[in-house]
Amino acid sequence: MQALYAQLLVGLINGSFYALLSLGLAVIFGMLNIINFAHGALYMMGAFCAYFLLHLTGLGYWPALIIAPIVVGIFGMILERTMLQWLTGLDHLYGLLLTFGIALIVQGVFQNYFGSSGLPYAIPDELKGGMNLGFMFLPIYRGWVVVFSLIVCIATWYLIEKTRLGANLRAATENPTLVRAFGINVPRMITLTYGLGVGLAALAGVLSAPINQVRPLMGADLIIVVFAVVVIGGMGSIMGSIITGFALGVIEGLTKYFYPEASNTVVFVLMVLVLLVKPTGLTGRAA
Amino acid sequence: MKQQISALLFGTALALCVTAAMAQDKNVKIGVLTDNSGLYSDLGGAGSTLAAQMAIEDSGLAAKGWKIDLISADHQNKPDIATTIARQWIDVEKVDILMDVLNSGVGLAINNLVKEKNAVMINTGAATSDLTNAQCSPNTVHWVYDTYMLANSTGQALVKAGGDTWYFLTADYAFGHALERDTTAVVVKSGGKVIGTVKHPLNSSDFSSFLLQAQASKAKIVGMANAGGDTTNTIKQASEFGIVAGGQKLAGLLLFITDVHSLGLKVAQGLTFTETFYWDLNDGTRAFSKRFSERMKNKAQPSMVQAGVYSGLIHYFKTLEAMGGNVHDGIKVVDKMKSLPTDDALFGKGSIRVDGRKIHPAYLFEVKKPEESKGPWDYYKLIGTTPGDQAFRPLSESACPLVKK
Repeated sequence: MQALYAQLLVGLINGSFYALLSLGLAVIFGMLNIINFAHGALYMMGAFCAYFLLHLTGLGYWPALIIAPIVVGIFGMILERTMLQWLTGLDHLYGLLLTFGIALIVQGVFQNYFGSSGLPYAIPDELKGGMNLGFMFLPIYRGWVVVFSLIVCIATWYLIEKTRLGANLRAATENPTLVRAFGINVPRMITLTYGLGVGLAALAGVLSAPINQVRPLMGADLIIVVFAVVVIGGMGSIMGSIITGFALGVIEGLTKYFYPEASNTVVFVLMVLVLLVKPTGLTGRAA
Repeated sequence: MKQQISALLFGTALALCVTAAMAQDKNVKIGVLTDNSGLYSDLGGAGSTLAAQMAIEDSGLAAKGWKIDLISADHQNKPDIATTIARQWIDVEKVDILMDVLNSGVGLAINNLVKEKNAVMINTGAATSDLTNAQCSPNTVHWVYDTYMLANSTGQALVKAGGDTWYFLTADYAFGHALERDTTAVVVKSGGKVIGTVKHPLNSSDFSSFLLQAQASKAKIVGMANAGGDTTNTIKQASEFGIVAGGQKLAGLLLFITDVHSLGLKVAQGLTFTETFYWDLNDGTRAFSKRFSERMKNKAQPSMVQAGVYSGLIHYFKTLEAMGGNVHDGIKVVDKMKSLPTDDALFGKGSIRVDGRKIHPAYLFEVKKPEESKGPWDYYKLIGTTPGDQAFRPLSESACPLVKK
């Protein structure tokens, strides 16, 4: 029984990464209608950014948590301005193929320069060590990841669903021409939204740098699962992707305990089941 | 009539040319089939191709009128892709010998193909000991290491040092299973016990669930029957979950210098594991490694897989020279390779056994503490050597049909 609690908690930790990443995807899909396959590569860039901040400028984990999402976010906005914006109104496939190509190029470039084994990044001193919870040894850093990503997820949800800015944004997706008539710069808003989604990916990258090796393919390994999370949660649904992210982390954690061989397929089995029963995803509305 | 004569002359000339070429064919085509883009690309990949290139240059065969071509491809760790490439190489490109072929799943698939096509494979990257056991082939030489040797050297040393209860974290494919099986045999034979095992999918990024299970088992040794990025992430996360601090010891059953480099000494220090090559072993290895790292893009020292590509090709060239030309007959070439003693600067003097197993010593290394290291890539302390004749599976235990009993 104790072991089960431990697995639940570990699942929650992985779930926070799924939630952060799928949230970014949901924001981008919901507002821009782009299936952002470059998300994994941007997550990886966030981790690399943290590594370079530490080794080139001496800035540690805490500044990286703010700077890396901004730097990668700006990179994302450049992508949006120079390439993605021309795809507005076209079929989803175009966006998917373009971002997939971007991901391959970015990963290839990083792999060419840094190899596949990855680079080390240490846990910040303040978060080293762990506590004994009775049923498991919880590394403090992992606890921090869960709490912090939960806060970020809820803040993002609040920003989009409950503030004036978010309302404008949603309106701009619904009817861009009308919103423009109110004097709101819609293209700029779209660019900023893409930047926000990308920033969330980079943030997840920084969070994961001390846990995993900083590797060029770290995002490629994760992105497919995250897409499954988004599909299960309902494409474009903010709250849906947060909840599904955490829930799937837990389910995957339990699978790792009961039948570890299936742990990398369980998410997809669930995806198939959900699509059979409810094609729009758990919280999605019919288009 | 005139036309007929010239045609006849032309035909005779052509026939003569062909016979001459058959008697003394000095064309060789080498294919380096490896992981150029995935999790094993640092320990094989471009470095393996470079090692092959260096072997061609150092052989001096070009000056003796030989024409040696080198091609390489990325098998993406997928046996089906690897087989397609290799088939095309052998059938269309007329490749004589396949080098590297890391990843046990890929290695076993290519092993069958090379036998069917009567080509040659010198495998320097796949770990599974099946390549020279039940699945052995007259066309394959297994050069650098195998799971039996790793288990034998590392497993025995750890059990002797008091690690008599084991829990395995195993990569869920041919290689992991073989490594776990061979290590279990050694542990049990040395008086230890295996408490449990958990199989994780290849290329996992999170090992915390598996590590918690290993922790709960209270085994003294947590054996990592995985490789590459899987191993480095396991080690990193094990230190996070206080596995070592809690009194358990991590056993890396297959670690490469590129893994240690990527982990950094702070995390990797104290790990004990086995390799058959280290750049800083002696003057010969140092000289080669210096030349190698100068030509590598990231200045990396060679891994044992890459060193094996060089060493294996040097012996292959020596064999072809002794045969006076390339006969394009895999079995004949491999037979000749087995009859000649091996000797190069990297692996020292050795031999190739009838089952295709290359014999050389195995070294037990411990990773240095950060303060013991004199600089980048100065990572290992040699703590034990197993002589070649004891390092690998004895022929008396072999299930290989080539071994006559």
